[in-house]
Amino acid sequence: MLGEGILKGLAETAKNFAGSYVSKERLTTVQYPEERVAPIEATRDFPFLVYDGEDAFAGLRCVSCQICEKECPPKCIYIEKSKDKKPDYVGKPQNYPVRFDIDISVCMSCQICVEVCPFEAIKMDTVFELATDDRFGGLLLDREKLSKSNEYYHTIHPTEATEVDARLAEEKAKVEAKAKAAAEAAAAKAAAAPPAEPAVKPEAPKPTGGAE
Amino acid sequence: MIEKADQIFVLLLHWLVGFLPMAWQHVASVVICVAVIVAVYPALFAVAVLMERKGLGRMQNRYGPNRVGPFGVLQPVADGIKSLTKEDIVPRNADAVVHFISPLVLVVAVFMGLAVLPMGRNMVLVEMDASLLFFFAMGASTELSVFMAGWSSRNKYSLLGAMRAVAQMISYEVPLLLSTVGVVMITGSLSLVDIVNAQTRYSWGLAHWNVFKPWGLAGFVMFVIASMAETNRSPFDLPEGESEIIAGYFTEYSGFKFALFFLGEYVGMFGIAGLGTTLFLGGWSSPLAALSWVPSWIWFFAKVELWICFFIWVRGTLPRLRQDQLMNFAWKFLLPMTLVNLLVAAEWRFVEGVWMRWIVGMAIVAGAYVLMGRVGMRRERLGPRSYRYAE
Amino acid sequence: MSIVFVVLAVLTLAGAMAAVTLRNLVHCALALAVAFAGLALLFLQLDAQFVGFTQILVYVGAVAILVVFAILLTRGADDGKAGTVFSRTWLAGLGIAAAVFAVLGWAVLRSVKGLAQAAGAPAVTVEDIGQALMSRYVLPLEIVALLLTAALVGAVIVAMYEKEDAR
Repeated sequence: MLGEGILKGLAETAKNFAGSYVSKERLTTVQYPEERVAPIEATRDFPFLVYDGEDAFAGLRCVSCQICEKECPPKCIYIEKSKDKKPDYVGKPQNYPVRFDIDISVCMSCQICVEVCPFEAIKMDTVFELATDDRFGGLLLDREKLSKSNEYYHTIHPTEATEVDARLAEEKAKVEAKAKAAAEAAAAKAAAAPPAEPAVKPEAPKPTGGAE
Repeated sequence: MIEKADQIFVLLLHWLVGFLPMAWQHVASVVICVAVIVAVYPALFAVAVLMERKGLGRMQNRYGPNRVGPFGVLQPVADGIKSLTKEDIVPRNADAVVHFISPLVLVVAVFMGLAVLPMGRNMVLVEMDASLLFFFAMGASTELSVFMAGWSSRNKYSLLGAMRAVAQMISYEVPLLLSTVGVVMITGSLSLVDIVNAQTRYSWGLAHWNVFKPWGLAGFVMFVIASMAETNRSPFDLPEGESEIIAGYFTEYSGFKFALFFLGEYVGMFGIAGLGTTLFLGGWSSPLAALSWVPSWIWFFAKVELWICFFIWVRGTLPRLRQDQLMNFAWKFLLPMTLVNLLVAAEWRFVEGVWMRWIVGMAIVAGAYVLMGRVGMRRERLGPRSYRYAE
Repeated sequence: MSIVFVVLAVLTLAGAMAAVTLRNLVHCALALAVAFAGLALLFLQLDAQFVGFTQILVYVGAVAILVVFAILLTRGADDGKAGTVFSRTWLAGLGIAAAVFAVLGWAVLRSVKGLAQAAGAPAVTVEDIGQALMSRYVLPLEIVALLLTAALVGAVIVAMYEKEDAR
């Protein structure tokens, strides 16, 4: 009959109107900024640099390989490599970034820098309330602002962080095992060989035969 | 005491005017009444705008504006300040004089229409013999202002919107007028005061409102639909379709002129709601004899607000009608139904027997509705398409 | 000859003159609407309420819109470079206008002399008009209705022809 659909529609809207005062599912608004929706774990906004331990400089995982700078599509990362080295989490001396700037007004949150980093040093943060009224430097984050601790990483992406930690621990264990094996081999070699051997350089047969 | 509450504005007016000398009293009372109307209706407009935004929000599962003031009650103030302080841009090629005049014509015509509505017992500004005709005449003048607005902007989209708007308003004016002719026939007078007085009789405690009769019910439904189309209100708001031709005929208006158009549209809504209340819902009378202690002007404004709520409800529910669907509906369904309504009003007058005329009336209305629904609103069968190429 | 009558007459005449002398066609149509409104106000000043409101409803609300639509759908709102407003045969036009005015004036003067002194014209209610239309003037009413129906049917046929043509 003509008009039936209209009446059904009016009933539905009336249900919405009345229901919005009593039930939450008919009024799904979250009143930002007083209330916030909890972000899911896969939320990503802008990158940050991870450091282990307490000291942001000593524990910084980034070794300034500059792969993320080259792979970044809008080229928003600027890195200056250091001349000297500092030990990383396994103890090996590595370079470190003297300057690491990300311009988040350019960054498009594509996560490519995270995907290509071989050192698990740069990860995606979930902070988006970074608006500022400083037009010229307010959206350029430097190394201090970008460095955040591993504990913080655990709070925002728990499963990812535990995976990363597991991987790094595995690496470290492998390196340590290798070092121990090498040390053992060296010790065994030192023990097996004659003890008071004069420190004579073992003569490598010089290839002069025939040239005299 | 009840009498005093009912007539409080009339008594206030007499008291105020009593301070002036005899010769000036008539003019002064008219001036005061006009000033009150011009002050009250824009205030009602502000309330209606807020109610619309919050009501639509709730129907769409969200809050309406709730930041400016508690529960957003100061939102109309913020809107008003914004409208007044925006730069008034007139396009260089636009016809400046006509561009300036059209919102004025709209607002003047709409406010003049309010002059004949009886807003309470003894509370009508001008009591005329043909006041219903005056209201419709003022409604017809608004079409001219819409066209002037669209044409003077020298903008193809504005002109398109204006022509659509005028076509729509003209098409729906015919069912609007015809649906009220039944009321006029039975009441025997074109004066709105007489029509309201004829509805304030009570039998078994229930008032003799026109909506409680078969011709009145059908006329009421058609009046509601046609009045939504007259004021360019959703679902008939193709001319000002916000998502289609930006704002249609008032695209090129900014600042205060836009606010005037907006004001004109909403006060026009109030006016036509007031007219519908007067014609079908008994004006300022209460529905039950037991409730007639409530002052008459409260009843009138309560009913008008109910109309506005219904308009908002329909806006939140229905999608926009396309131009050809609009016109089909007006000419192929509403017009024949209004003519059938006239027939029903005539039989109400002439058929003997209280129950007989009810049965015959309802039967004719229901039968015509079902028949017209099938015949008039049939979708045309589209054959294979043929194309004609432009030369 | 009250001041109100003079003002209204000037308004009507100004509207009518603007309607024939302005360059832009749509401006002419709007001036014509002003002239119609002036006529309606004159009717109201003579206490003919029904005729006055019907004049606004029909002329300003429908005929003016019709004129405007006709202009827009045919010539378009191009700039009014339609030549001068004074045509070459203005002498013949003046003669015809003078003749029409003479006939109208003669008819009006003859009818006014026939009436008695109207001391306070009796208020004609709408009911009186209705009674007169249905009893004394029912034949003109029916003829006008027939004419309107014929016009409506003709319009529909012409529009239908165009639709057939476009197919």
